[in-house]
Amino acid sequence: MMKYVDEYRDGKIAKTLAAVIAAEVRPDSEYHFMEFCGGHTHAISRYGLEDLLPPNVRMIHGPGCPVCVLPISRIDLAIELSRRPEVTLCTYGDLMRVPGSQGSSLMKAKAEGADIRMVYSTLDAVRIAEAEPNREVVFFAIGFETTTPPTALALRFAREKGLTNFAIFCNHVLTPAAVQNILDSPDVKELGNVRIDGFVGPAHVSTVIGAGAFRVFAREFKKPVVVAGFEPLDVMQSILMLIRQVNDGRHEVENQYIRAVTEDGNAKAQAAIAEFFELRDSFEWRGLGEVPNSALRLRPQFANFDAEKRFDLVTKPAKDNPACECGAILRGVKRPRDCKLFGTVCTPDNPMGSCMVSSEGACAAHWTYGRFREKAARQEAAE
Amino acid sequence: MRITEVLPNEMARVTLDGVSKTVSTALLDDVAVGDYIVLHVGYALAKIDPEEAERTLEMLVMAGVG
Amino acid sequence: MSKSYRRKLDLKNGRVDLSHGAGGRAMAQLIEDIFHNAFDNDWLRAGNDQSAFDVPAGRMVMTTDGYVVSPLFFPGGDIGSLAVHGTINDIAMAGAKPLYLSASFIIEEGFPLGDLDRIARSMGEASRAAAVPVITGDTKVVERGKADGLFISTAGVGIVPAGLNFSSNAARPGDVVLISGSIGDHGVAVMSKRENLDFETEILSDSAALHGLVADMVAAGGAGIRVLRDPTRGGLAATLNELANQSDIGFQIDEDALIVKPQVAAACEFLGLDPLNVANEGKLVAIVAPEVAEAVLAAMRADPLGAESARIGFAVVDPQHFVEMRTSFGGGRIVDWLSGEQLPRIC
Repeated sequence: MMKYVDEYRDGKIAKTLAAVIAAEVRPDSEYHFMEFCGGHTHAISRYGLEDLLPPNVRMIHGPGCPVCVLPISRIDLAIELSRRPEVTLCTYGDLMRVPGSQGSSLMKAKAEGADIRMVYSTLDAVRIAEAEPNREVVFFAIGFETTTPPTALALRFAREKGLTNFAIFCNHVLTPAAVQNILDSPDVKELGNVRIDGFVGPAHVSTVIGAGAFRVFAREFKKPVVVAGFEPLDVMQSILMLIRQVNDGRHEVENQYIRAVTEDGNAKAQAAIAEFFELRDSFEWRGLGEVPNSALRLRPQFANFDAEKRFDLVTKPAKDNPACECGAILRGVKRPRDCKLFGTVCTPDNPMGSCMVSSEGACAAHWTYGRFREKAARQEAAE
Repeated sequence: MRITEVLPNEMARVTLDGVSKTVSTALLDDVAVGDYIVLHVGYALAKIDPEEAERTLEMLVMAGVG
Repeated sequence: MSKSYRRKLDLKNGRVDLSHGAGGRAMAQLIEDIFHNAFDNDWLRAGNDQSAFDVPAGRMVMTTDGYVVSPLFFPGGDIGSLAVHGTINDIAMAGAKPLYLSASFIIEEGFPLGDLDRIARSMGEASRAAAVPVITGDTKVVERGKADGLFISTAGVGIVPAGLNFSSNAARPGDVVLISGSIGDHGVAVMSKRENLDFETEILSDSAALHGLVADMVAAGGAGIRVLRDPTRGGLAATLNELANQSDIGFQIDEDALIVKPQVAAACEFLGLDPLNVANEGKLVAIVAPEVAEAVLAAMRADPLGAESARIGFAVVDPQHFVEMRTSFGGGRIVDWLSGEQLPRIC
């Protein structure tokens, strides 16, 4: 039994929680909660959590998947970089199949001869740089505040070792900025296309930035936030806590993941981020467009570790497939089955957009775990 | 994941049900054998507080009572 | 060939070189000293390019396989034993009795002779334990860099008992799904030796020859067995999805009925994998008519290779061929098959 893992996946407790949730929802109310943590998107699908919620509680998948929010133009740059004969591009596995422009991808570039290597950890990339001094090793850095400290530590390691052949291609993004952008968006504020009654706060990100980082949203936008662990019972309990807040008319930040998340987060991790990174004025997010103060770049004194400066990379604007609804899906405006391409042209075998590639993407999660629900929905509609 | 060995250079061996991996603990202060950690891409991000973990479990178990 | 003029192969430090594949004396020595010794049968010792056998009356099956597993040696087996077990299993999945195997070796220049010997011996042992001889073979050597150590290609023939016609399109709604034991063992064992993954575990590959188990099952269930399949690359998920598509049905699976060893679960947790997608090399899935399910399950459990056999679900009408699963958590999900094995060269 995996301690501190299996206990939070207990089916018997799930049943009880489901009953409590069913008893506490007001029958004539609708509850719409957005989660923006890829781990949550995955857990909800993989455990079939939606089957245990009453029909008037709806989960909306937000932009919590770092692979999914990466714009095509940045993938194109990574592919371009990998095609240089002297470059060894190191990347997390998820990025290999993300489609770039004209049906390209890192996996295809690798088959065409690019030196692209999958790594599990940033340390692996630095070790490759150490072991192969004649290669220019570039780490394709993506992710929210959970993966940024590991990138910072890799840079520290590279600096200590005096490596001159290691660089990062920085695409790190910030969670609060994404939440702010969604709450400020016309879809939410004016048009009412997306109704959000509360947020399930991210698990791992919160261990780094702290539960306190979300207080501003509760205060300014008057939306309850519950920071949730990423096991299915954590998510269910957090949904219950959100329902209670909505029923009580409260909008506070509550921390369900108290066993790992503190109010202020991980100071050491935050210091590592601050040491190497600074804010970009603006950064393009797939689906959200240009978002101010939402992403990081390396500080100028680390220019020699910055792939964009070292290799003179220029971001060329690239267009998404016009029929691809990843953008709307990431904002919670549409669901995977609302996209015309879903299941027809766009499948995990042939992904058109990043929501289908990453296991944390809403489309991939729905395809892999949840597609059968449409069968039930169609049967109901037919009856 | 439980720390079963503290290694030099801010590394540690963690074990989960008999499977062990070497990970970095550079983002944490004071790690010791027996600590439970949250792991992400090869780095320990946070320690799991056993008391709070128990409290969460109790709340979950008690959910249906009363 | 007079042995007194021939230096013994240096198994400790020697390496395969291009002369070993050139068809001359060096190759003959390699074949004799390593392969004939390891397999130890008259067919091979006769030294012909082919071997003859009488064809028994009845229907025969033939199969072929390639083995490219990396690394070559892994906990619980190696490319050699895997090749023997895998080929036998392909034949056994037809309900057939395996008769003979062939083995062809493509060796990279520089491959250590000691490793080749170990692998050959391992194959010989597996073959003898299964009572299925390797009666013919071939050896080629390619230049350094052209074969990543060693590739083994096999073929096998077997005889199908009269009246049996297992077929991938034979499953029907209402049929019971049985599995012969825990899932994910082989893939995890192989992955644990991949350098870039770096985790330690005591999990052994489940690589095993299943023809004895199958014979017991056939005796108990006969033509009530619709189809057998071993869930290798892609895991149980791939097998169930293939069968659903081939038989034009769906499946309902109970996650609580699946057996996953704690270490396999933990390794998958570390790597972000689902045991359902991880390869197995000593397990089989059986789709059987409901009236024979109990008898077949009992026969499986009586065999050491099927001691943990379980009923995991049943077939349903479903034009969309979904494999639906009730999770331990209580909710539902589908078990999809991935577009590719998550890690290459797992068998």
